[in-house]
Amino acid sequence: MIVQELQAIYVMWLRQMKRFIRAKSRIVASIVQPLFFLFILGSGFRVATFAGIEGDYLHFLAPGIITMAIMFSSMFTGVSVLWDKQFGFLQEVLVAPISRFSIILGRTLGGATTALIQGFIIFFVSLALGVQFPSIAGLLLTVVTMVLISFTAVGFGLIIASKMSDFHGFQVIMNLLIMPLFFLSSAFFPISESLPTWLKTIAFLNPLFYMVDGIRGSFTGANNIFPPVVDLLIIFVICLFMMGLGSYFFSKSEA
Amino acid sequence: MDIIRTKNLTKKFNDFTAVDNISFSVRKGEIFGFLGPNGAGKTTTIKMLTTLLYPTAGSATLFGFDIIKQRDKVRQNIGVVFQEPALDTELTGQENLDFHARMYGLSKNNRKQRINDVLSLVDLVDKKDVLVKNYSGGMKRRLEIARGLMHFPTVLFLDEPTLGLDAQTRRAIWNYIKKMNKEEQTTIFLTTHYMDEADYLCDRVGIIDQGKILIIDSTKNLKNSVGNDVITLSCSELDKLMKRLEKEDWIKKTKQHDSQLTLGVEKGEEKIPVVIEIAQTLKIKIKSISVRKPTLDDVFIHFTGRTMRDQEPENPMKEMAKFYHRRR
Repeated sequence: MIVQELQAIYVMWLRQMKRFIRAKSRIVASIVQPLFFLFILGSGFRVATFAGIEGDYLHFLAPGIITMAIMFSSMFTGVSVLWDKQFGFLQEVLVAPISRFSIILGRTLGGATTALIQGFIIFFVSLALGVQFPSIAGLLLTVVTMVLISFTAVGFGLIIASKMSDFHGFQVIMNLLIMPLFFLSSAFFPISESLPTWLKTIAFLNPLFYMVDGIRGSFTGANNIFPPVVDLLIIFVICLFMMGLGSYFFSKSEA
Repeated sequence: MDIIRTKNLTKKFNDFTAVDNISFSVRKGEIFGFLGPNGAGKTTTIKMLTTLLYPTAGSATLFGFDIIKQRDKVRQNIGVVFQEPALDTELTGQENLDFHARMYGLSKNNRKQRINDVLSLVDLVDKKDVLVKNYSGGMKRRLEIARGLMHFPTVLFLDEPTLGLDAQTRRAIWNYIKKMNKEEQTTIFLTTHYMDEADYLCDRVGIIDQGKILIIDSTKNLKNSVGNDVITLSCSELDKLMKRLEKEDWIKKTKQHDSQLTLGVEKGEEKIPVVIEIAQTLKIKIKSISVRKPTLDDVFIHFTGRTMRDQEPENPMKEMAKFYHRRR
Protein backbone atom coordinates (compact mmCIF):
# COMPACT_ATOMS: atom_id res chain seq x y z
CA MET A 1 0.00 0.00 0.00
CA ILE A 2 2.75 2.42 1.03
CA VAL A 3 4.78 1.42 -2.01
CA GLN A 4 1.84 2.29 -4.22
CA GLU A 5 1.43 5.70 -2.56
CA LEU A 6 5.15 6.40 -3.05
CA GLN A 7 4.91 5.32 -6.68
CA ALA A 8 1.99 7.69 -7.12
CA ILE A 9 3.86 10.60 -5.53
CA TYR A 10 6.83 9.84 -7.74
CA VAL A 11 4.81 9.66 -10.95
CA MET A 12 2.94 12.86 -10.10
CA TRP A 13 6.32 14.50 -9.67
CA LEU A 14 7.64 12.93 -12.86
CA ARG A 15 4.69 14.23 -14.84
CA GLN A 16 5.37 17.77 -13.67
CA MET A 17 9.02 17.46 -14.63
CA LYS A 18 8.17 16.23 -18.12
CA ARG A 19 5.64 18.97 -18.62
CA PHE A 20 8.11 21.55 -17.34
CA ILE A 21 10.88 20.47 -19.67
CA ARG A 22 8.53 20.34 -22.67
CA ALA A 23 7.03 23.78 -22.07
CA LYS A 24 10.04 25.58 -23.50
CA SER A 25 8.38 28.96 -23.79
CA ARG A 26 7.29 28.80 -20.18
CA ILE A 27 10.80 28.02 -19.01
CA VAL A 28 12.24 30.88 -21.00
CA ALA A 29 9.60 33.34 -19.81
CA SER A 30 9.85 32.33 -16.18
CA ILE A 31 13.62 32.68 -16.17
CA VAL A 32 13.99 35.69 -18.38
CA GLN A 33 11.38 37.80 -16.62
CA PRO A 34 13.11 37.79 -13.21
CA LEU A 35 16.43 38.37 -14.96
CA PHE A 36 14.98 41.46 -16.59
CA PHE A 37 13.96 42.68 -13.16
CA LEU A 38 17.41 41.94 -11.86
CA PHE A 39 19.27 43.66 -14.68
CA ILE A 40 17.00 46.60 -15.41
CA LEU A 41 15.92 47.50 -11.89
CA GLY A 42 19.38 46.58 -10.67
CA SER A 43 21.13 48.99 -13.01
CA GLY A 44 18.46 51.66 -12.83
CA PHE A 45 18.30 51.98 -9.06
CA ARG A 46 21.99 51.44 -8.56
CA VAL A 47 22.55 55.17 -8.67
CA ALA A 48 19.74 55.95 -6.21
CA THR A 49 20.23 56.02 -2.49
CA PHE A 50 17.69 54.37 -0.21
CA ALA A 51 17.53 54.91 3.50
CA GLY A 52 18.34 51.55 5.09
CA ILE A 53 20.36 49.93 2.35
CA GLU A 54 23.94 49.05 3.03
CA GLY A 55 26.20 48.34 0.11
CA ASP A 56 25.29 47.75 -3.48
CA TYR A 57 21.61 47.86 -4.58
CA LEU A 58 22.05 44.59 -6.49
CA HIS A 59 22.80 42.86 -3.17
CA PHE A 60 19.54 44.19 -1.90
CA LEU A 61 17.53 43.31 -4.98
CA ALA A 62 18.76 39.76 -5.71
CA PRO A 63 17.00 38.05 -2.75
CA GLY A 64 13.75 39.77 -3.67
CA ILE A 65 13.93 38.54 -7.25
CA ILE A 66 14.78 34.99 -6.16
CA THR A 67 11.75 35.01 -3.89
CA MET A 68 9.60 36.37 -6.70
CA ALA A 69 10.69 33.68 -9.15
CA ILE A 70 10.00 30.88 -6.67
CA MET A 71 6.71 32.35 -5.52
CA PHE A 72 5.19 32.89 -8.96
CA SER A 73 6.35 29.58 -10.33
CA SER A 74 4.98 27.63 -7.35
CA MET A 75 1.72 29.50 -7.32
CA PHE A 76 1.31 28.65 -10.96
CA THR A 77 1.77 24.96 -10.15
CA GLY A 78 -1.01 25.14 -7.59
CA VAL A 79 -3.32 27.01 -9.90
CA SER A 80 -2.56 24.72 -12.83
CA VAL A 81 -4.83 22.16 -11.14
CA LEU A 82 -7.44 24.28 -12.89
CA TRP A 83 -5.99 23.17 -16.24
CA ASP A 84 -6.26 19.57 -15.20
CA LYS A 85 -9.82 20.21 -14.19
CA GLN A 86 -10.66 21.82 -17.52
CA PHE A 87 -8.88 19.17 -19.54
CA GLY A 88 -10.52 16.43 -17.51
CA PHE A 89 -7.21 14.91 -16.40
CA LEU A 90 -8.05 15.61 -12.77
CA GLN A 91 -10.73 12.93 -12.94
CA GLU A 92 -8.15 10.35 -13.95
CA VAL A 93 -6.12 11.33 -10.88
CA LEU A 94 -9.05 11.46 -8.49
CA VAL A 95 -10.48 8.09 -9.48
CA ALA A 96 -7.17 6.31 -8.80
CA PRO A 97 -6.84 4.34 -5.55
CA ILE A 98 -4.49 6.94 -4.10
CA SER A 99 -5.03 9.10 -1.04
CA ARG A 100 -5.71 12.78 -1.67
CA PHE A 101 -2.72 13.53 0.54
CA SER A 102 -0.30 11.73 -1.78
CA ILE A 103 -1.79 13.47 -4.80
CA ILE A 104 -1.20 16.87 -3.21
CA LEU A 105 2.24 15.89 -1.99
CA GLY A 106 3.28 14.72 -5.46
CA ARG A 107 2.04 17.89 -7.03
CA THR A 108 3.69 20.08 -4.41
CA LEU A 109 7.03 18.32 -4.75
CA GLY A 110 6.83 18.69 -8.53
CA GLY A 111 6.04 22.38 -8.21
CA ALA A 112 8.76 22.90 -5.63
CA THR A 113 11.35 21.24 -7.84
CA THR A 114 10.62 23.40 -10.84
CA ALA A 115 10.47 26.50 -8.67
CA LEU A 116 13.80 25.69 -7.07
CA ILE A 117 15.43 25.16 -10.45
CA GLN A 118 14.28 28.64 -11.43
CA GLY A 119 15.28 30.06 -8.07
CA PHE A 120 18.76 28.60 -8.37
CA ILE A 121 19.25 29.98 -11.85
CA ILE A 122 18.62 33.49 -10.51
CA PHE A 123 20.79 32.60 -7.55
CA PHE A 124 23.77 31.72 -9.73
CA VAL A 125 23.24 34.68 -12.01
CA SER A 126 23.34 37.02 -9.02
CA LEU A 127 26.52 35.31 -7.80
CA ALA A 128 27.99 35.89 -11.24
CA LEU A 129 26.95 39.53 -11.00
CA GLY A 130 29.03 39.85 -7.86
CA VAL A 131 26.56 39.26 -5.05
CA GLN A 132 28.46 37.63 -2.21
CA PHE A 133 27.18 35.19 0.35
CA PRO A 134 28.67 35.19 3.83
CA SER A 135 28.60 31.54 4.87
CA ILE A 136 27.80 27.94 3.90
CA ALA A 137 25.33 27.75 6.81
CA GLY A 138 23.58 30.76 5.35
CA LEU A 139 23.36 29.00 2.00
CA LEU A 140 21.77 25.94 3.56
CA LEU A 141 19.31 28.15 5.35
CA THR A 142 18.55 29.85 2.03
CA VAL A 143 17.68 26.52 0.42
CA VAL A 144 15.40 25.55 3.31
CA THR A 145 13.65 28.91 3.11
CA MET A 146 13.27 28.54 -0.65
CA VAL A 147 11.59 25.14 -0.20
CA LEU A 148 9.18 26.51 2.39
CA ILE A 149 8.31 29.52 0.23
CA SER A 150 7.59 27.18 -2.64
CA PHE A 151 5.32 24.92 -0.54
CA THR A 152 3.45 27.93 0.79
CA ALA A 153 2.83 29.28 -2.69
CA VAL A 154 1.68 25.89 -4.03
CA GLY A 155 -0.76 25.72 -1.13
CA PHE A 156 -2.05 29.19 -1.94
CA GLY A 157 -2.42 28.22 -5.59
CA LEU A 158 -4.39 25.13 -4.59
CA ILE A 159 -6.77 27.26 -2.57
CA ILE A 160 -7.40 29.48 -5.60
CA ALA A 161 -7.75 26.48 -7.92
CA SER A 162 -10.27 24.77 -5.63
CA LYS A 163 -12.38 27.88 -5.19
CA MET A 164 -12.40 29.12 -8.77
CA SER A 165 -13.70 27.64 -11.95
CA ASP A 166 -11.56 29.54 -14.47
CA PHE A 167 -8.42 31.59 -14.86
CA HIS A 168 -10.00 35.03 -14.76
CA GLY A 169 -10.21 34.95 -10.99
CA PHE A 170 -6.54 34.05 -10.85
CA GLN A 171 -5.61 37.10 -12.93
CA VAL A 172 -7.59 39.34 -10.60
CA ILE A 173 -5.91 37.89 -7.53
CA MET A 174 -2.49 38.25 -9.14
CA ASN A 175 -3.03 41.88 -10.09
CA LEU A 176 -4.97 43.13 -7.09
CA LEU A 177 -3.47 41.11 -4.26
CA ILE A 178 -0.14 39.54 -5.09
CA MET A 179 1.44 42.45 -6.98
CA PRO A 180 0.78 45.08 -4.25
CA LEU A 181 1.89 42.66 -1.57
CA PHE A 182 5.00 42.02 -3.55
CA PHE A 183 5.80 45.72 -3.81
CA LEU A 184 5.38 45.91 -0.04
CA SER A 185 7.58 42.91 0.66
CA SER A 186 10.83 44.89 0.68
CA ALA A 187 11.85 43.11 -2.53
CA PHE A 188 12.48 46.38 -4.35
CA PHE A 189 12.88 48.94 -1.58
CA PRO A 190 13.43 48.68 2.17
CA ILE A 191 10.58 49.00 4.63
CA SER A 192 12.16 51.92 6.45
CA GLU A 193 11.19 54.79 8.74
CA SER A 194 10.42 57.03 5.77
CA LEU A 195 7.33 55.00 4.77
CA PRO A 196 3.91 56.09 6.08
CA THR A 197 2.94 54.14 9.22
CA TRP A 198 -0.07 52.43 7.64
CA LEU A 199 2.02 51.11 4.78
CA LYS A 200 4.57 49.86 7.26
CA THR A 201 1.84 48.09 9.22
CA ILE A 202 0.62 46.36 6.07
CA ALA A 203 4.19 45.41 5.22
CA PHE A 204 4.73 43.73 8.56
CA LEU A 205 1.43 41.83 8.19
CA ASN A 206 2.46 40.77 4.70
CA PRO A 207 3.60 37.12 4.49
CA LEU A 208 5.75 37.96 1.47
CA PHE A 209 7.77 40.37 3.57
CA TYR A 210 9.04 37.54 5.78
CA MET A 211 9.90 35.46 2.74
CA VAL A 212 11.99 38.19 1.14
CA ASP A 213 13.50 39.16 4.50
CA GLY A 214 14.30 35.51 5.22
CA ILE A 215 16.08 34.95 1.92
CA ARG A 216 17.89 38.26 2.31
CA GLY A 217 19.07 37.42 5.82
CA SER A 218 20.28 33.95 4.96
CA PHE A 219 21.63 34.57 1.47
CA THR A 220 23.36 37.96 1.66
CA GLY A 221 23.29 38.44 5.42
CA ALA A 222 22.74 42.18 5.05
CA ASN A 223 19.83 44.64 5.13
CA ASN A 224 17.48 42.12 6.76
CA ILE A 225 15.20 43.36 9.55
CA PHE A 226 14.67 40.08 11.42
CA PRO A 227 17.15 37.27 12.01
CA PRO A 228 16.69 34.69 9.23
CA VAL A 229 15.75 31.97 11.70
CA VAL A 230 12.86 34.07 12.99
CA ASP A 231 11.70 34.66 9.41
CA LEU A 232 11.99 30.95 8.74
CA LEU A 233 9.82 30.15 11.74
CA ILE A 234 7.16 32.61 10.63
CA ILE A 235 7.25 31.24 7.07
CA PHE A 236 6.97 27.73 8.47
CA VAL A 237 3.76 28.63 10.31
CA ILE A 238 2.33 30.34 7.21
CA CYS A 239 3.36 27.33 5.14
CA LEU A 240 1.56 24.88 7.43
CA PHE A 241 -1.53 27.05 7.29
CA MET A 242 -1.53 27.41 3.49
CA MET A 243 -0.76 23.76 2.80
CA GLY A 244 -3.38 22.66 5.31
CA LEU A 245 -6.05 24.91 3.89
CA GLY A 246 -5.07 24.09 0.28
CA SER A 247 -5.21 20.34 0.94
CA TYR A 248 -8.52 20.70 2.73
CA PHE A 249 -10.14 22.62 -0.13
CA PHE A 250 -8.65 20.33 -2.74
CA SER A 251 -9.88 17.17 -1.01
CA LYS A 252 -13.35 18.71 -0.71
CA SER A 253 -13.64 19.63 -4.35
CA GLU A 254 -15.50 17.12 -6.52
CA ALA A 255 -14.37 16.39 -10.03
CA MET B 1 -23.14 -13.30 -9.73
CA ASP B 2 -23.81 -9.57 -9.41
CA ILE B 3 -20.83 -7.27 -9.83
CA ILE B 4 -22.69 -4.02 -9.25
CA ARG B 5 -25.71 -3.71 -7.03
CA THR B 6 -27.42 -0.42 -6.22
CA LYS B 7 -30.27 0.21 -3.84
CA ASN B 8 -32.39 3.38 -4.03
CA LEU B 9 -29.36 5.34 -5.25
CA THR B 10 -30.20 9.06 -5.32
CA LYS B 11 -28.26 12.22 -6.14
CA LYS B 12 -29.61 15.72 -5.72
CA PHE B 13 -27.91 18.97 -6.76
CA ASN B 14 -29.66 21.55 -4.62
CA ASP B 15 -33.32 21.11 -5.58
CA PHE B 16 -32.60 19.26 -8.82
CA THR B 17 -32.80 15.46 -8.61
CA ALA B 18 -30.36 14.05 -11.14
CA VAL B 19 -30.68 10.42 -10.11
CA ASP B 20 -33.90 9.36 -8.47
CA ASN B 21 -34.06 6.21 -6.37
CA ILE B 22 -32.55 3.76 -8.81
CA SER B 23 -31.98 0.10 -8.00
CA PHE B 24 -30.37 -2.28 -10.44
CA SER B 25 -27.67 -4.87 -10.72
CA VAL B 26 -25.03 -5.77 -13.28
CA ARG B 27 -23.94 -9.38 -13.72
CA LYS B 28 -20.43 -10.68 -14.02
CA GLY B 29 -19.10 -10.74 -17.56
CA GLU B 30 -21.94 -8.93 -19.25
CA ILE B 31 -22.04 -5.67 -21.19
CA PHE B 32 -24.67 -3.57 -19.51
CA GLY B 33 -25.84 -0.27 -20.94
CA PHE B 34 -27.68 2.73 -19.67
CA LEU B 35 -29.67 4.24 -22.49
CA GLY B 36 -31.26 7.65 -22.23
CA PRO B 37 -31.23 11.25 -23.44
CA ASN B 38 -28.72 13.86 -22.32
CA GLY B 39 -29.35 14.91 -18.74
CA ALA B 40 -31.09 11.65 -17.83
CA GLY B 41 -28.66 11.00 -14.99
CA LYS B 42 -26.33 8.53 -16.70
CA THR B 43 -23.08 10.33 -16.01
CA THR B 44 -24.13 11.17 -12.46
CA THR B 45 -24.75 7.47 -11.83
CA ILE B 46 -21.30 6.58 -13.18
CA LYS B 47 -19.68 9.28 -11.05
CA MET B 48 -21.33 7.90 -7.95
CA LEU B 49 -20.37 4.32 -8.76
CA THR B 50 -16.78 5.37 -9.40
CA THR B 51 -16.60 7.28 -6.08
CA LEU B 52 -16.24 10.72 -7.66
CA LEU B 53 -19.58 11.93 -6.27
CA TYR B 54 -21.23 11.13 -2.98
CA PRO B 55 -24.80 9.83 -3.24
CA THR B 56 -27.43 11.95 -1.49
CA ALA B 57 -29.25 8.81 -0.42
CA GLY B 58 -29.25 5.08 -1.04
CA SER B 59 -26.29 2.78 -1.42
CA ALA B 60 -24.34 0.74 -3.92
CA THR B 61 -21.79 -2.02 -3.79
CA LEU B 62 -19.24 -3.08 -6.37
CA PHE B 63 -18.02 -6.66 -5.91
CA GLY B 64 -19.36 -6.39 -2.37
CA PHE B 65 -17.42 -3.21 -1.52
CA ASP B 66 -19.44 -0.21 -0.45
CA ILE B 67 -18.92 2.87 -2.66
CA ILE B 68 -18.93 5.21 0.33
CA LYS B 69 -17.17 3.27 3.06
CA GLN B 70 -14.69 1.28 0.98
CA ARG B 71 -13.75 3.78 -1.69
CA ASP B 72 -10.15 2.62 -2.09
CA LYS B 73 -11.19 -1.03 -2.55
CA VAL B 74 -13.71 0.07 -5.14
CA ARG B 75 -11.20 2.31 -6.94
CA GLN B 76 -8.59 -0.43 -7.12
CA ASN B 77 -10.96 -2.67 -9.06
CA ILE B 78 -12.59 -0.32 -11.55
CA GLY B 79 -11.50 1.25 -14.80
CA VAL B 80 -13.19 4.40 -16.03
CA VAL B 81 -13.37 6.09 -19.41
CA PHE B 82 -14.97 9.46 -18.85
CA GLN B 83 -17.25 11.28 -21.23
CA GLU B 84 -14.77 14.11 -21.72
CA PRO B 85 -11.22 13.05 -22.54
CA ALA B 86 -9.09 12.77 -19.40
CA LEU B 87 -5.62 12.48 -20.91
CA ASP B 88 -2.55 14.59 -20.33
CA THR B 89 -2.07 15.96 -23.83
CA GLU B 90 1.48 17.10 -23.10
CA LEU B 91 2.57 13.50 -22.53
CA THR B 92 2.91 10.71 -25.08
CA GLY B 93 0.47 7.81 -25.23
CA GLN B 94 2.96 5.54 -23.53
CA GLU B 95 3.63 8.09 -20.79
CA ASN B 96 -0.07 8.43 -20.10
CA LEU B 97 -0.30 4.68 -19.67
CA ASP B 98 2.81 4.60 -17.52
CA PHE B 99 1.33 7.27 -15.28
CA HIS B 100 -1.78 5.18 -14.90
CA ALA B 101 0.14 1.96 -14.26
CA ARG B 102 2.13 3.52 -11.43
CA MET B 103 -0.96 5.11 -9.90
CA TYR B 104 -2.45 1.63 -9.72
CA GLY B 105 0.70 0.06 -8.32
CA LEU B 106 1.72 -2.22 -11.19
CA SER B 107 5.22 -3.67 -10.76
CA LYS B 108 7.95 -2.69 -13.18
CA ASN B 109 7.86 -5.84 -15.32
CA ASN B 110 4.10 -5.97 -15.30
CA ARG B 111 3.98 -2.37 -16.36
CA LYS B 112 6.02 -2.81 -19.53
CA GLN B 113 4.24 -5.98 -20.55
CA ARG B 114 0.81 -4.58 -19.84
CA ILE B 115 1.38 -1.30 -21.66
CA ASN B 116 2.35 -3.27 -24.75
CA ASP B 117 -0.62 -5.60 -24.41
CA VAL B 118 -3.26 -2.90 -24.13
CA LEU B 119 -1.63 -0.78 -26.84
CA SER B 120 -1.77 -3.67 -29.27
CA LEU B 121 -5.35 -4.39 -28.26
CA VAL B 122 -6.33 -0.93 -29.55
CA ASP B 123 -3.73 -0.85 -32.36
CA LEU B 124 -1.76 2.10 -31.06
CA VAL B 125 1.67 0.48 -30.67
CA ASP B 126 3.22 2.53 -33.47
CA LYS B 127 1.81 5.77 -32.06
CA LYS B 128 2.93 5.25 -28.49
CA ASP B 129 5.70 7.84 -28.56
CA VAL B 130 3.59 10.56 -30.12
CA LEU B 131 2.34 13.37 -27.86
CA VAL B 132 -1.35 12.91 -27.17
CA LYS B 133 -2.11 16.44 -28.36
CA ASN B 134 -1.30 15.19 -31.86
CA TYR B 135 -3.75 12.28 -31.61
CA SER B 136 -7.10 12.30 -33.43
CA GLY B 137 -10.33 12.07 -31.45
CA GLY B 138 -10.66 8.38 -32.20
CA MET B 139 -7.06 7.65 -31.18
CA LYS B 140 -7.56 9.48 -27.89
CA ARG B 141 -10.65 7.43 -27.21
CA ARG B 142 -8.81 4.19 -27.97
CA LEU B 143 -5.95 5.20 -25.72
CA GLU B 144 -8.38 5.92 -22.91
CA ILE B 145 -10.06 2.57 -23.33
CA ALA B 146 -6.65 0.90 -23.27
CA ARG B 147 -5.79 2.84 -20.14
CA GLY B 148 -9.04 1.82 -18.46
CA LEU B 149 -8.01 -1.80 -18.93
CA MET B 150 -4.40 -1.46 -17.73
CA HIS B 151 -4.87 -2.58 -14.15
CA PHE B 152 -7.13 -5.57 -14.88
CA PRO B 153 -10.30 -3.95 -13.55
CA THR B 154 -13.18 -6.23 -12.67
CA VAL B 155 -15.53 -3.75 -14.25
CA LEU B 156 -14.89 -1.04 -16.82
CA PHE B 157 -17.12 2.04 -16.95
CA LEU B 158 -17.52 3.72 -20.32
CA ASP B 159 -19.39 7.00 -20.37
CA GLU B 160 -20.63 7.68 -23.91
CA PRO B 161 -17.66 5.88 -25.47
CA THR B 162 -18.29 7.01 -29.05
CA LEU B 163 -19.69 10.50 -28.52
CA GLY B 164 -18.60 12.80 -31.33
CA LEU B 165 -16.76 10.17 -33.37
CA ASP B 166 -17.29 9.38 -37.03
CA ALA B 167 -19.11 6.23 -38.11
CA GLN B 168 -15.99 4.30 -39.02
CA THR B 169 -14.22 5.04 -35.75
CA ARG B 170 -17.34 4.18 -33.78
CA ARG B 171 -17.47 0.79 -35.41
CA ALA B 172 -13.81 0.20 -34.54
CA ILE B 173 -14.34 1.24 -30.92
CA TRP B 174 -17.32 -1.08 -30.66
CA ASN B 175 -15.13 -3.93 -31.81
CA TYR B 176 -12.48 -3.11 -29.21
CA ILE B 177 -15.13 -3.08 -26.51
CA LYS B 178 -16.47 -6.45 -27.62
CA LYS B 179 -12.95 -7.81 -27.82
CA MET B 180 -11.94 -6.83 -24.32
CA ASN B 181 -15.21 -8.07 -22.91
CA LYS B 182 -14.44 -11.45 -24.45
CA GLU B 183 -10.65 -11.65 -24.13
CA GLU B 184 -10.20 -10.08 -20.72
CA GLN B 185 -13.53 -11.14 -19.24
CA THR B 186 -14.11 -7.56 -18.19
CA THR B 187 -17.61 -6.68 -17.12
CA ILE B 188 -18.62 -3.49 -18.89
CA PHE B 189 -21.00 -0.78 -17.80
CA LEU B 190 -21.60 1.81 -20.47
CA THR B 191 -23.90 4.72 -21.07
CA THR B 192 -25.07 5.92 -24.43
CA HIS B 193 -27.83 7.78 -26.15
CA TYR B 194 -27.35 5.88 -29.40
CA MET B 195 -29.76 3.04 -29.92
CA ASP B 196 -27.52 1.31 -32.46
CA GLU B 197 -24.67 1.37 -29.98
CA ALA B 198 -26.72 -0.17 -27.20
CA ASP B 199 -28.11 -2.64 -29.70
CA TYR B 200 -24.75 -3.74 -31.04
CA LEU B 201 -22.88 -3.91 -27.76
CA CYS B 202 -25.15 -4.58 -24.83
CA ASP B 203 -26.42 -7.82 -23.44
CA ARG B 204 -28.87 -5.94 -21.27
CA VAL B 205 -30.04 -2.34 -21.37
CA GLY B 206 -31.63 -0.09 -18.80
CA ILE B 207 -33.67 2.80 -20.14
CA ILE B 208 -33.19 5.84 -17.95
CA ASP B 209 -35.08 9.11 -18.15
CA GLN B 210 -35.24 12.05 -15.76
CA GLY B 211 -33.24 10.15 -13.19
CA LYS B 212 -35.47 7.08 -13.14
CA ILE B 213 -35.01 3.63 -14.62
CA LEU B 214 -38.05 2.80 -16.72
CA ILE B 215 -37.14 -0.75 -17.65
CA ILE B 216 -34.19 -3.12 -17.73
CA ASP B 217 -34.17 -5.93 -20.24
CA SER B 218 -32.18 -7.55 -23.02
CA THR B 219 -31.97 -5.51 -26.22
CA LYS B 220 -33.94 -8.18 -28.05
CA ASN B 221 -36.84 -8.08 -25.64
CA LEU B 222 -36.85 -4.30 -25.63
CA LYS B 223 -37.26 -4.09 -29.37
CA ASN B 224 -39.76 -6.90 -29.49
CA SER B 225 -41.91 -4.91 -27.14
CA VAL B 226 -42.21 -2.31 -29.89
CA GLY B 227 -42.44 -4.70 -32.82
CA ASN B 228 -39.97 -5.77 -35.47
CA ASP B 229 -40.88 -2.90 -37.77
CA VAL B 230 -42.49 0.44 -37.15
CA ILE B 231 -45.02 1.99 -39.51
CA THR B 232 -45.47 5.73 -39.18
CA LEU B 233 -48.39 7.41 -40.88
CA SER B 234 -50.27 10.67 -40.87
CA CYS B 235 -53.87 11.10 -42.01
CA SER B 236 -57.00 13.19 -41.57
CA GLU B 237 -58.93 11.41 -38.85
CA LEU B 238 -56.21 9.98 -36.66
CA ASP B 239 -58.39 8.90 -33.74
CA LYS B 240 -60.88 7.05 -35.86
CA LEU B 241 -58.19 5.11 -37.69
CA MET B 242 -56.40 4.33 -34.47
CA LYS B 243 -59.54 2.89 -32.88
CA ARG B 244 -60.08 0.70 -35.90
CA LEU B 245 -56.48 -0.49 -36.10
CA GLU B 246 -56.36 -1.37 -32.42
CA LYS B 247 -58.74 -4.22 -33.20
CA GLU B 248 -56.18 -5.87 -35.52
CA ASP B 249 -54.19 -8.48 -33.65
CA TRP B 250 -51.19 -8.36 -36.05
CA ILE B 251 -50.47 -4.88 -34.76
CA LYS B 252 -48.48 -5.23 -31.60
CA LYS B 253 -48.70 -1.66 -30.61
CA THR B 254 -50.33 1.57 -31.63
CA LYS B 255 -49.31 4.94 -30.37
CA GLN B 256 -50.31 8.45 -31.29
CA HIS B 257 -48.15 11.50 -30.80
CA ASP B 258 -48.23 14.89 -32.43
CA SER B 259 -50.05 14.32 -35.71
CA GLN B 260 -48.61 10.89 -36.31
CA LEU B 261 -49.58 7.33 -35.63
CA THR B 262 -46.96 4.65 -35.07
CA LEU B 263 -47.70 0.95 -35.37
CA GLY B 264 -45.45 -1.85 -34.24
CA VAL B 265 -45.69 -4.79 -36.65
CA GLU B 266 -43.85 -7.77 -38.17
CA LYS B 267 -42.80 -7.56 -41.85
CA GLY B 268 -43.77 -3.92 -42.19
CA GLU B 269 -43.44 -3.74 -46.01
CA GLU B 270 -46.26 -6.24 -46.42
CA LYS B 271 -48.49 -4.48 -43.93
CA ILE B 272 -48.52 -1.07 -45.61
CA PRO B 273 -51.11 -2.08 -48.27
CA VAL B 274 -53.24 -3.67 -45.56
CA VAL B 275 -53.24 -0.48 -43.52
CA ILE B 276 -54.10 1.62 -46.57
CA GLU B 277 -56.94 -0.74 -47.42
CA ILE B 278 -58.38 -0.43 -43.93
CA ALA B 279 -58.14 3.33 -44.11
CA GLN B 280 -59.94 3.39 -47.47
CA THR B 281 -62.84 1.37 -46.15
CA LEU B 282 -63.19 4.04 -43.45
CA LYS B 283 -62.92 6.76 -46.12
CA ILE B 284 -59.84 8.13 -44.42
CA LYS B 285 -57.17 9.63 -46.63
CA ILE B 286 -53.60 8.79 -45.68
CA LYS B 287 -51.20 11.68 -46.24
CA SER B 288 -47.96 9.83 -45.75
CA ILE B 289 -46.80 6.43 -44.63
CA SER B 290 -43.40 4.89 -44.03
CA VAL B 291 -41.84 1.79 -42.55
CA ARG B 292 -38.57 1.44 -40.69
CA LYS B 293 -36.75 -0.53 -38.02
CA PRO B 294 -37.47 0.44 -34.42
CA THR B 295 -35.10 3.05 -33.01
CA LEU B 296 -34.37 4.38 -29.59
CA ASP B 297 -37.15 6.89 -30.19
CA ASP B 298 -39.69 4.13 -30.60
CA VAL B 299 -38.60 2.23 -27.54
CA PHE B 300 -38.38 5.50 -25.73
CA ILE B 301 -41.85 6.66 -26.78
CA HIS B 302 -43.11 3.27 -25.78
CA PHE B 303 -41.95 3.69 -22.22
CA THR B 304 -42.24 7.43 -21.71
CA GLY B 305 -44.92 8.58 -24.15
CA ARG B 306 -42.52 11.23 -25.42
CA THR B 307 -39.85 11.41 -28.07
CA MET B 308 -36.19 11.94 -27.26
CA ARG B 309 -36.51 15.16 -29.22
CA ASP B 310 -39.11 16.53 -26.81
CA GLN B 311 -36.43 16.44 -24.18
CA GLU B 312 -34.10 18.74 -25.98
CA PRO B 313 -33.89 22.05 -24.21
CA GLU B 314 -36.00 24.83 -25.68
CA ASN B 315 -33.27 27.34 -25.07
CA PRO B 316 -29.88 25.66 -25.25
CA MET B 317 -27.99 28.66 -23.88
CA LYS B 318 -30.18 28.79 -20.81
CA GLU B 319 -29.74 25.10 -20.21
CA MET B 320 -26.02 25.50 -20.58
CA ALA B 321 -25.96 28.31 -18.06
CA LYS B 322 -27.85 26.08 -15.64
CA PHE B 323 -25.42 23.27 -16.27
CA TYR B 324 -22.41 25.41 -15.48
CA HIS B 325 -24.11 26.80 -12.46
CA ARG B 326 -24.69 23.31 -11.21
CA ARG B 327 -21.10 22.27 -11.77
CA ARG B 328 -19.93 25.05 -9.60
